[in-house]
Amino acid sequence: MTQAQLQEKANSPALIEEPGLRNWRDYFSFNTDHKVIGIQYLVTTFIFYCIGGVLADLVRTELRTPESDFVSPELYNSLFTLHATIMIFLWIVPAGAGFANFLLPLMIGAKDMAFPRLNAVAFWMIPPAGLLLISSLVVGDAPDAGWTSYPPLSLVTGQVGEGIWIMSVLLLGTSSILGAINFLVTLIKMRTPGMGFHQMPLFCWAMLATSALVLVSTPVLAAGLILLAFDLIAGTTFFNPTGGGDPVVYQHMFWFYSHPAVYIMILPFFGVISEVIPVHSRKPIFGYKAIAYSSLAISFLGLIVWAHHMFTSGIPGWLRMFFMITTMIIAVPTGIKIFSWLGTMWGGKIRLNSAMLFAMSFVGVFVIGGISGVMLAAVPFDIHVHDTYFVVAHLHYVLFGGSVLGIFAAIYHWFPKITGRMLNEFWGQVHCALTFIGLNMTFLPMHKLGMMGMNRRIAQYDPKFTFLNEICTYGAYILAVSTFPFIINAIWSWMYGPKAGNNPWQALTLEWMTTSPPAIENFDKPPVLATGPYDYGLERARESVPLSDPDPVLSADTNSVLRAKPDEPYPAIVAEKEQ
Amino acid sequence: MKIPSSIWTLLIGILLTLVSLWYGQNHGLLPTAASDEATLVDGLFNAMMTVSIGIFLLVEGILIYSAFKYRRRAGDNADGLPVHGNVPLEILWTAVPAIIVIGISIYSFDVYNEMGGFDPHAMHSSPATPQAMKMPGTAIAATLNDTPLTTEPNLNQEKSDEAMQDPATAAVRNADQIPQKQNAPGVGIVSPTLGSTPENQGKAPNLVVNVTALQYAWIFTYPDTGVTSGELHVPIGHEVEMNMTANDVIHAFWVPEFRLKQDVIPGRQTEISFTPSKAGEYTLICAELCGPYHGAMRTQVVVETQDAFDQWIKEQLVASTEDLKQAVAANPAELSPSEFLAHYTTEMGIHPEILHQIHK
Repeated sequence: MTQAQLQEKANSPALIEEPGLRNWRDYFSFNTDHKVIGIQYLVTTFIFYCIGGVLADLVRTELRTPESDFVSPELYNSLFTLHATIMIFLWIVPAGAGFANFLLPLMIGAKDMAFPRLNAVAFWMIPPAGLLLISSLVVGDAPDAGWTSYPPLSLVTGQVGEGIWIMSVLLLGTSSILGAINFLVTLIKMRTPGMGFHQMPLFCWAMLATSALVLVSTPVLAAGLILLAFDLIAGTTFFNPTGGGDPVVYQHMFWFYSHPAVYIMILPFFGVISEVIPVHSRKPIFGYKAIAYSSLAISFLGLIVWAHHMFTSGIPGWLRMFFMITTMIIAVPTGIKIFSWLGTMWGGKIRLNSAMLFAMSFVGVFVIGGISGVMLAAVPFDIHVHDTYFVVAHLHYVLFGGSVLGIFAAIYHWFPKITGRMLNEFWGQVHCALTFIGLNMTFLPMHKLGMMGMNRRIAQYDPKFTFLNEICTYGAYILAVSTFPFIINAIWSWMYGPKAGNNPWQALTLEWMTTSPPAIENFDKPPVLATGPYDYGLERARESVPLSDPDPVLSADTNSVLRAKPDEPYPAIVAEKEQ
Repeated sequence: MKIPSSIWTLLIGILLTLVSLWYGQNHGLLPTAASDEATLVDGLFNAMMTVSIGIFLLVEGILIYSAFKYRRRAGDNADGLPVHGNVPLEILWTAVPAIIVIGISIYSFDVYNEMGGFDPHAMHSSPATPQAMKMPGTAIAATLNDTPLTTEPNLNQEKSDEAMQDPATAAVRNADQIPQKQNAPGVGIVSPTLGSTPENQGKAPNLVVNVTALQYAWIFTYPDTGVTSGELHVPIGHEVEMNMTANDVIHAFWVPEFRLKQDVIPGRQTEISFTPSKAGEYTLICAELCGPYHGAMRTQVVVETQDAFDQWIKEQLVASTEDLKQAVAANPAELSPSEFLAHYTTEMGIHPEILHQIHK
């Protein structure tokens, strides 16, 4: 008997429940079911991804030629400002929250999130904030100071739009904080009896690290933006040098959030990759604890590297050295993850389906972003390439080659669970191939452009850079085209795709131990851990399911106080007797 | 005959090393190096590139090899080997990257020092004193807090006043309208600098240029001679010091061939020193978003022999004396900034409309 069969046998009651099919109206209402909210997040953010993508292609169209000839320079600045803001605050950050919403309660065997209404509130702040942001494009005075919005520039151009931009980002930040509280409480307090921290799937560890980071850093951005709003609206001079304010202080406050934001955007997808690779390699994850703790290490280190965005602005020499060293050290936990994923694949039986291909592309492409990140950490080299296309290349390798490929890997992996139907494999592979080609064509030449002397955020550039820019632009068009097979595939498969069954990948984590789509309240009885989340190939059940970890802090027993029926007898004990 | 896997590993390792070493020196990704600092930065980059290519090829190689060698064969539904980890291997791949990044950090530290990043004689950076280092949070406070912590002189203000002594600089700067940042004790730095290289520290620089940035132009004033220019001329082989500030928003001074960049911030005096090493004409680029015409904010940098430089200064002096004769009738204090700047900016080819927009 394989491990998947063992786990399914132990959880057979849940697998015969009725799939929780919902009325379409539920998805447009203030619903408190975490699965509905998860889908609401994912669909909404994907729509914003398409809008942000259109903006990106407009930016690339302008840059196809060295002259400023496609849109006005003012509009060009607004386009890249909104492109960045949408992609960060309305796509990658909330998409991570969307997967966390759908998956966390299922993975830990809970019936819902700890605070279901708060969860719905967090989601319903996103559509109005997004519409607000996009409306700033049409008020005639659109924000055009970049997503970093550095004063004094942000105080003197596009003022109306800037005000709207601040309002919108504040709302999105609040939504993110509410989500993070929910994830933390759910993970700490609602794990099924028998699941200690060390029996949690790695996606849960990743969300633990991410949520802690959101809680610590986002309020600082909010404070910075509120002060900026005062400068803008009330004429105070916190950051305005003409009144004695200090623009560099804003940069500190901004980056204290916005560097951790990079980890907020990538850590959830490190978690996703740690789920997808072992399932499709049919092997246990290599170095479970190393991967789990490296997420925490990244989360902590991520808080003390922010000033590496300011090596050319206003910090003293020895502080530059401090931030250089902390930044370099982040490469170590990140490297641990990459090598562990390679170790997981080595000697496995790899199913090269769309989810796995996206995950492998993630590993292969992210490593480029990681390497250029170490280069950027070196102060003397950063002084040369700061604010150039080298940085643009680096950040897109991390956020597109990392986060976005991670999102697609997650969609192909969990689509059967979310919808109960399989995606078309052929079109999935077409999507993966086009995305891979498009992304490398768009972003690889940018490294050279930056080093040779092309600065970022410009509408006109030196004609000697035309050829490489044309390649980038055509790559961006390929990326646009690559989205269509996916959209059609997703919509068609959702309606007419073949039924998925409960556990099409033969996975071991608890979200697969229920029907597809899961029943309204997930598990009627708390699920049982007959086997660890990654025990592929063991071919035996655990001798006893530990009720709680020997370490009381890590254990999950009666402290699962927020569960629906905390006094229920422990199912883990039942499982032990069945042995 | 079957070749043992240890031989294969060795051969692949040697090949990987050779390819990395070759590519690290022959990547062709950087423009000409035209300053002493650029040569240092390029050495650092080549070293990083060598290591990077090795890591890149290793990871991609394993990934592609696994995809072929370990792909699931049709009909095989069994699981793989239950390997949960390997502690020595995990220690190895934690330790090796740690050693690599520490090595790169030390190399970067050295290059940064060679470039003058720790120059104690640079105008603002009185080095962190032992007492100051003991005070918790002093260093961060110095960058975050603008309340004067002591009655020490405001070096930033002094630097600004010194530059404003030069009439040509005073004519293009609005330092009187922007309060200058106050320094904190001990740390003393509100403005980052790249000072003199270690061998030049303590000596007076060969040439001082005051740089003023405004939307969307660079203005260079030479206080020794009173020359004002829209393009930067520097003699080859001698250290030059740029004293920079901005009149409106943040700009950044960047010459790719010098590998040097420094933000130019209103209310702060930033400083950068370098030694041009190769004659030629390069482009000075504003690297910090400063408005819609940011992409057009660029000018020429001319690195030339001392003789050619002296000749150029002489020509500029003749030109500016003529300007002064014309300007003598009007009192600069009574003119609006755009009127005052008009003849400088037309010389530099800036549209009067843009200027009007800035000052409206």
